[in-house]
Amino acid sequence: MAGVSSRQALPAPFHEYELDAAHDEMVAPDGSVRPHYERLYRGILNLEPGELRRRQQIADLSFLHQGITFTVYGREEGTERIFPNDPLPRILTQQEWSRIERGLAQRITALNLFLKDIYHEGRILNDGVVPRDMIYSCKHFRRQMRAFSVRKDAYISVAGTDLIRMPSGEFVVLEDNVRVPSGVSYMLVSREVTKRIFPRTFRECGVASIEHYPQALLAHLRALAPQGCSEPAIALLTPGVFNSAYFEHAFLARQMGIELVEGRDLVTHDNFVYMRTTAGLRRVDVIYRRIDDDFVDPLVFRHDSSLGVPGLFNAYRAGNVSLANALGTGVADDKAIYAYVPSIIRYYLNEDPVLNNVETYQMSVANERRMVLDNLERYVVKAVGESGGYGMLIGPHSTAAEREDFRHRIEADPRNYIAQPTILLSRAPCLIDGTVQPRHVDLRPYILYGERITIVPGGLTRVALRKGSLVVNSSQGGGSKDTWVLQH
Amino acid sequence: MLSRVADSLYWMSRYLERAEHTARVINIQLNLMLERGVGSDDAYWAHVLRTLGIELSATEAAEAQMLAVSLVRDTRHKASIVSSIVGARENARQVREQISSEMWEQLNRLFHTVRERGDGSTWDAREFLQSVKEGSHLFQGITDSTMTHGEGWQFIQAGRFLERTVAVSSLVGEHFRELPQARDESDPVHLEWIGLLRSCTAFEAYCKAYTADLQPDRIAEFLVLHPSFPHSIRFSAGALEKAVKEIGREVAHKRSSRVERIAGRLHATLSFGQIDEIMHGGLDTYLETVLRQTGQVHSALYQTYIAYPIEAALEA
Repeated sequence: MAGVSSRQALPAPFHEYELDAAHDEMVAPDGSVRPHYERLYRGILNLEPGELRRRQQIADLSFLHQGITFTVYGREEGTERIFPNDPLPRILTQQEWSRIERGLAQRITALNLFLKDIYHEGRILNDGVVPRDMIYSCKHFRRQMRAFSVRKDAYISVAGTDLIRMPSGEFVVLEDNVRVPSGVSYMLVSREVTKRIFPRTFRECGVASIEHYPQALLAHLRALAPQGCSEPAIALLTPGVFNSAYFEHAFLARQMGIELVEGRDLVTHDNFVYMRTTAGLRRVDVIYRRIDDDFVDPLVFRHDSSLGVPGLFNAYRAGNVSLANALGTGVADDKAIYAYVPSIIRYYLNEDPVLNNVETYQMSVANERRMVLDNLERYVVKAVGESGGYGMLIGPHSTAAEREDFRHRIEADPRNYIAQPTILLSRAPCLIDGTVQPRHVDLRPYILYGERITIVPGGLTRVALRKGSLVVNSSQGGGSKDTWVLQH
Repeated sequence: MLSRVADSLYWMSRYLERAEHTARVINIQLNLMLERGVGSDDAYWAHVLRTLGIELSATEAAEAQMLAVSLVRDTRHKASIVSSIVGARENARQVREQISSEMWEQLNRLFHTVRERGDGSTWDAREFLQSVKEGSHLFQGITDSTMTHGEGWQFIQAGRFLERTVAVSSLVGEHFRELPQARDESDPVHLEWIGLLRSCTAFEAYCKAYTADLQPDRIAEFLVLHPSFPHSIRFSAGALEKAVKEIGREVAHKRSSRVERIAGRLHATLSFGQIDEIMHGGLDTYLETVLRQTGQVHSALYQTYIAYPIEAALEA
């Protein structure tokens, strides 16, 4: 991996910038700066030494004052931590972006058709494209959703799809997040930071705007209003102040001007949902729910849940309230179903996927399992129902004991695991101790689906801030940075 | 406004007022202790704790001084100053989007200050107590100048003045039950009366009205019935009534007339009270009525706006 090149080193603060086998977003293999990074590169070179660091400190301070934090679980007090943000934007060309955009639109359309199908007639199962037992053994399959028509067939209203860039420069899909994807608030505040730090470069580059995300989300939520309801009351349902994404919930509610509610604020009566206000009960028509399926209604799902609203599911089935996302969407981002997404796209749309998947091996398939178990140190193994970087083995960085542990787990429950080859994520310039160094990144664009599809240009670039690390999740020491899509 | 939000704003405010009041009372008692000289103070501290509305069992009364010390910083004690500030901050955290960021920052700063100074001897406590008082005053000023004076702010007002009505009533009632009249200025009891006035920040204001001639009847009149002194019971009940009325106006609620009537009655009782009659019938009894009626305002606020039965709301 350590392919140190013989090229001349770049000038300070880029003097520690080294290339390796990974695709580099800024520097071409021959050592030249890629054209779309030219302006930013020169902008940074023109700054006084120390100026970059000073601007980063200003940005950090503004995060602190605005209280942009996430919660770390398992500590008594002072559980709020500042979200680590890297001030250098990651830049995509219009050409790169339009391909991504097409691929994401195609994917979300297919996944929505897939969900409608499996909860109704199940054609794709009858035709043997996706094995039936894959669906029914999925822990996110909700039999309660069978034969229920969700409003406008929009199962997944909000998705966040994780893309990574191969050493060849190709963008591929690493995973879909179609239950309650988070992080969009960090995308919006990271943009505020880069605009403050690089105002001139930002203007010269002609960066596509993302400011309209809250309005677009609101429009998508409005469109879900139950039949005959023209001025829907919309609320964002949060698990509460102790949830790791509480900042985001409060942020989005404020940006959209909708009420931020907890389960205990809502009551159901005669299959309608109300919120308790000082002026009495007020009807709620659309709920943007940021709590998992399992917790939304203790009468139907987990009985020990105190986060949800008893009776909500019946009101939902009666068509008196809409939920975004619909319940039961987790089938579509199950990591074992993921392997079938290219076939799902071909099946419903009769098109080839624009964005490819990462090669994936099902541990429930005997010969694939054998191959992976024999070479565990080469693969990344993931539990299919997990997210956030939990329940994962990264082969090349693992110890023998960890591999042994996973071997037992896989053998005990093969349906629950998949394996993928270890992929060297692309790297982008980051500000590390006052110098610019490359770090591995991925990209999570946010997709809004309904009568139309809205994808704000760019998304959240997540960074593995530790040198050499490939894990970008904020719960595992990752950070974020802004993503610029150039308009020309 | 969501009922939960109103609830949090109300309690944020009550907890902070409680922290400030407890800090002031203990600070003044620590000062008086210096004058009283060496001896067993447990009986005296038991009296102080009762003025704060804390009832003690016989065994607890024997260690009242220890208890009073724990009341400053012991988070295991729910009525302690630190616990109250933690309570205020937790409530504020639930409604961060509803209060101004300046308010949140100040409350957060106060919280971190009291946690940092969380240990130390009783004698260093006075500086600590001073910072609690100042922190609370600053928060009130920031609240008044940065938050819309709408429904939420009115719930904050209601919380603050309801807590103050309760605190001053308990304090005055207990003092008059326990303390004999002073024979002259050299009598140590004299100091206790000054302590009572100071505990309500009222010493200077009292002197302006009546000179430094301390007469229990006048002290009672000043603390119970003064129309415009902000720590008098009448003033607090008036401010409470005003907040309750404003909430009713903002919300335009059919059921709000009941709570307005109860708050109005409490204020009227005090507005038209006559000190000689009150003393004649027993200040004690009078203040017990005030406390009972204040409790009714609290319950009515809850029944109307926060924890109302769903059936009642559906009919409306």
